[in-house]
Amino acid sequence: MSVYNKYQAVIGLEIHAQLSTKSKAYASDSATFGDLPNTNISPVTLGHPGTLPVLNEKNIEFAVKLGLAVGATIRENNEFARKNYFYADLPKGYQITQDKTPICTGGFITLFPNTAKEKKIEITRIHMEEDAGKSIHDQDPFNTLVDLNRAGVPLVEIVSEPQISSAEEAYEYVTQVRKLLRYLEICDGNMEEGSLRCDANVSVMLKGASKFGERTETKNMNSIRNVKRAIEHEIIRQIDVLENGEKIEMETRSFNAVDGTTFTMRSKEEAHDYRYFPEPDLQPVIVSQNYINGVKTTLPTLPNELYKIYTKEFRLSEYDANLIIESKPLGIYYNELTQYTKNYKAASNWLNGNIKSYLNENGITIENFVIKPAKIAALIQLIDDGKVSNTVASQHIFPIMVKQPELEPLAIAEQNNLIQESNDDDLSSYIEQVIVNNPKEIERFRNGEQQLIGFLMGQLMKTSKGKADPKKANSLLREKLNQ
Amino acid sequence: MEKIYSSFEAIQQDLKTQQTTCQLIVKAYLHRIDENKHLNAFLEVFADEALEKAKQIDAKITQNKAGKLAGMVIAIKDNICYKDHKVSASSKILDNFESLFSATVVERLLAEDAIIIGRTNCDEFAMGSSNENSAFGNVLNPIDNSKVPGGSSGGSAVAVKANLCLVALGSDTGGSIRQPASFCDIVGLKPTYGRVSRNGLIAYASSFDQIGPFTNNIADAALVMEVMSGADKMDSTCSAQEVPQYSNHLNDKKTYKITYFNSCIENDGLDAEIKAQFMAFVEELRAAGHTVEATDFPYLDYLVPTYYVLTTAEASSNLARYDGVHFGYRSPNAVDLESTYLKSRSEGFGDEVKRRIMLGTYVLSSGFYDAYYTKAQKVRRILKTKTEEILSDYDFILSPTSPHTPFDLGKQIDDPIKMYLEDIYTVHANLTGLPSISLPLNKHSNGLPYGFQLTAKSFNETALLAFSHQLLQNKN
Repeated sequence: MSVYNKYQAVIGLEIHAQLSTKSKAYASDSATFGDLPNTNISPVTLGHPGTLPVLNEKNIEFAVKLGLAVGATIRENNEFARKNYFYADLPKGYQITQDKTPICTGGFITLFPNTAKEKKIEITRIHMEEDAGKSIHDQDPFNTLVDLNRAGVPLVEIVSEPQISSAEEAYEYVTQVRKLLRYLEICDGNMEEGSLRCDANVSVMLKGASKFGERTETKNMNSIRNVKRAIEHEIIRQIDVLENGEKIEMETRSFNAVDGTTFTMRSKEEAHDYRYFPEPDLQPVIVSQNYINGVKTTLPTLPNELYKIYTKEFRLSEYDANLIIESKPLGIYYNELTQYTKNYKAASNWLNGNIKSYLNENGITIENFVIKPAKIAALIQLIDDGKVSNTVASQHIFPIMVKQPELEPLAIAEQNNLIQESNDDDLSSYIEQVIVNNPKEIERFRNGEQQLIGFLMGQLMKTSKGKADPKKANSLLREKLNQ
Repeated sequence: MEKIYSSFEAIQQDLKTQQTTCQLIVKAYLHRIDENKHLNAFLEVFADEALEKAKQIDAKITQNKAGKLAGMVIAIKDNICYKDHKVSASSKILDNFESLFSATVVERLLAEDAIIIGRTNCDEFAMGSSNENSAFGNVLNPIDNSKVPGGSSGGSAVAVKANLCLVALGSDTGGSIRQPASFCDIVGLKPTYGRVSRNGLIAYASSFDQIGPFTNNIADAALVMEVMSGADKMDSTCSAQEVPQYSNHLNDKKTYKITYFNSCIENDGLDAEIKAQFMAFVEELRAAGHTVEATDFPYLDYLVPTYYVLTTAEASSNLARYDGVHFGYRSPNAVDLESTYLKSRSEGFGDEVKRRIMLGTYVLSSGFYDAYYTKAQKVRRILKTKTEEILSDYDFILSPTSPHTPFDLGKQIDDPIKMYLEDIYTVHANLTGLPSISLPLNKHSNGLPYGFQLTAKSFNETALLAFSHQLLQNKN
């Protein structure tokens, strides 16, 4: 047995999510990402003498949304605190955050929902804070450049209990949190741009031990995959250290994405004493039950509830249901689609099949998809009515619809002579042509090569330019050949 | 020889009867400022600008379009921001810094056509009780040039006393308006915490700081308060309570219930003559029909320590932004981030500021936090509750403003503890957030003035100003 199997990992994650508010947490300047450096910098953001923070109430609304979505307890009396430290991208010399009174406590995130691996991870707390600016070290060989556009952008920090036990679970946890944030439309969840960041507290202990090992905190993973890689590395590293008879030091480590390792950033001795104290410039904010009830009415249907509807009421497969709840816009499209057709399965197939392929090939998102759900529903109806085949719909009608989304599928089918032919006379004439044109194959079929029916059907469909009703044609053809 | 005005009423009268113009008034003040340069009250005089503004307001007066402060010439303490003007908090670390915005109080005064004539000297970052902590030199008491004017708003007090302007704004964190008012024989008001917006006031201790006026009389203070006070969306600690028309109530004649604390009067540091005069004053009030009773207030010795733990804690954080990175002074000797911090702050801040930053950092440090910061917060809460209880029985708390008359320049600067005890009677109002005023009621046998202080219920500036008006009128 490998030594690594003797240990179990204990992981807690701290996720920082930038709230997608228009303006900053405590100032009126824009919180947009990607603007030219140092353009969204009011005197408040710059921390100029005499400036005071003024709370953006959207922060509260977004934090309450998240709290409700994870089933947290929302605090009534919210105080703010200052976290003091010096850094070049922190103009005030402190960050406004919440210390002893986080807006949300409790609640949970479900990993691998609706599967055998399902597991709940409890949330310790969610609190509001503001982001620092950005120090840029790689654009000038001699100086660090500072961009303060990000300074003061609102964040929520989501702290999990140390209940995550593998890198795979951590990956799933971040994925689920990101999905939730996107469903709630309170954070775009873009880890590469830094609007979602994750710090991992990792320790290992012998399996079955009751006391956690010493932990390290690893930062700077800019993708969910890198969260997984960093934790994988950290678990192995810690076990190696222990197996060598050494001790794990409590420290802050950084992830190196190039080689997948972690390295010491700050030792315990260098750890900051943040000197938290109540922020005297902001009055405590009272979040009333009335307010919470109001926010509750704005909550969208969350992915796990959608999953239940799709699998139980719509009878979709687990696989199909999961594909649709993957992102909120897909779900919105699907929900609209199912208002026009009751063929839920077909709707799901179209969305997860032709539509997704088209989107992927053209690099566009469902929000920018030109065909309205009602038109897709009409197309499904054409198939269900036997007017066109699935093949004709996907290969001939759909490509025309994406070019001319204003056209009705039926009109396209008629104009292009694609309406399926199912009267016996028409079909008989196609069958006659197939028999005349493929004498050798007919001979072989009649001598027992039954599999040639596929080839012959193909010829028939070709001759009919896809218009023949394949089911009926197939039975008529067999009838004719077996005479 | 130009006329010296000691009330806005007189100025308005002369403007109305065209005896004078705003331009003449400003010229007179500029002339006096020039003659009194030795007092070092102003760090900068906005001479041309004030004259230009006076010209505009004179035109407005002719058209009957002038605001309610037309003709009022105001000086602002150098910790109040005024757009496109320098503001330094009398510190080298902000030398040559220009503000990008105006304090709410400045905007409101300007909107009513007040003229801002300059920025006044003060203790660095409002930390001090003698104005000797300014990076730009001492300010002299105009009554006796060998004495300090008090602090931290020394320049503002001197500017009003020496008639270098009609009204001056100061800020009061632990007595910085009332103590210099006492030392300079004028009126100094610290409003209720949250009555006046702090937006644009350079923070010393955010939960204590308030802007307030220095004036020659109560009517001027009442008028300026009416203009400055009230809700401000830029300061969430500023109250939305309606602002009363203080001026309309000045002549409300009433008898009041007043208390004084035995501990204040028995305090060893209190000058014997001031104590005797205080007791005589109590008798006068009784004779005038007021009820005056002594109360036990066993917390006097806790006031100054509690005040210094909490204000330095807040200051250590508020002053972190002066780091040499984004604005203000950066040491030319800095070579990297750490030396930028170390050298800029070491060279930019004066001794008293450094002392308070270190003290504040210490009381917030893990391991000491509960023993100092948490405990001081608890004491502050007890003080508030206890004081509110007392004020449920009385209208005002009366005390001397300062234990003594103005002291000699240089005499106490090397003894910070003694200097901190200067604030023993004034910090109470800041710890509890209550409105408090120093009234120029007395002259000591040593020839120097001293004031008495009245503290009222929260947001009861109306009664505070009315009673003060009554007391000052009786004195004249």
